[in-house]
Amino acid sequence: MLQIHYFASVREALGRGEEQLELPAGVTTVAELVGHLREADAAFDRLHEGSRPVLVAVNQVVANRLGKIADGDEIAFFPPMSGG
Amino acid sequence: MQRISVQSEDFDVGAEYRRLCSDAPGAGAVATFCGLVRDYHDAGSSDAVRELQLEHYPGMTERCIGECLRQAQQRWKLLAVRVIHRVGSLRPGEQIVFVGVASHHRADALQAASFIMDSLKSEAPLWKKQCSSSGEEWIDIRDSDREALSRWSAAAE
Repeated sequence: MLQIHYFASVREALGRGEEQLELPAGVTTVAELVGHLREADAAFDRLHEGSRPVLVAVNQVVANRLGKIADGDEIAFFPPMSGG
Repeated sequence: MQRISVQSEDFDVGAEYRRLCSDAPGAGAVATFCGLVRDYHDAGSSDAVRELQLEHYPGMTERCIGECLRQAQQRWKLLAVRVIHRVGSLRPGEQIVFVGVASHHRADALQAASFIMDSLKSEAPLWKKQCSSSGEEWIDIRDSDREALSRWSAAAE
């Protein structure tokens, strides 16, 4: 099971802050998970067509497209940081 | 000694300064920075900001700020560091962020405080939403903030 979190503009666009997802068959990287979610959810797909990039963290560390994903991981999707 | 807090409550700059002094008995310099909520944002409209909502990723925020401090400790000789970042609903004029650094000499304290601010703005998972009379809007990082951070990597080479 993956624990998925959504923050800020990503959370608002999807209408939810978190969910659990059975690790989809064949998904081992960030890019594969993003591809799976874009196919499964039209709102998630639209986010990736917008001008604001969507960042990904795996187990609270920012990951790139090649980052590995395994069962039990905590995944988060969010826009670029704007604190300070 | 380093302390990190992500909190909705306000903080007392004087109390934080005194605690830095007691955390770092041999210090010859304490640099403090306090950021306030502005009543405008230059990327948006000219509408006055009524409220800023700060959202963060609990756990990862503290971890990322800790990583910024670890990098600062590697570059400068620091005796004590304190970072406070507020979250939740804030109004213009309120304190939003505090960075305090105690060191033997002023250059280390001043540079480290500046580096910590630049890096936490781009690296810590915090997001600002601005509310004004024309509506609500998520704020994007400024190019100048990205450039401020990249200057430190150029300086390390």
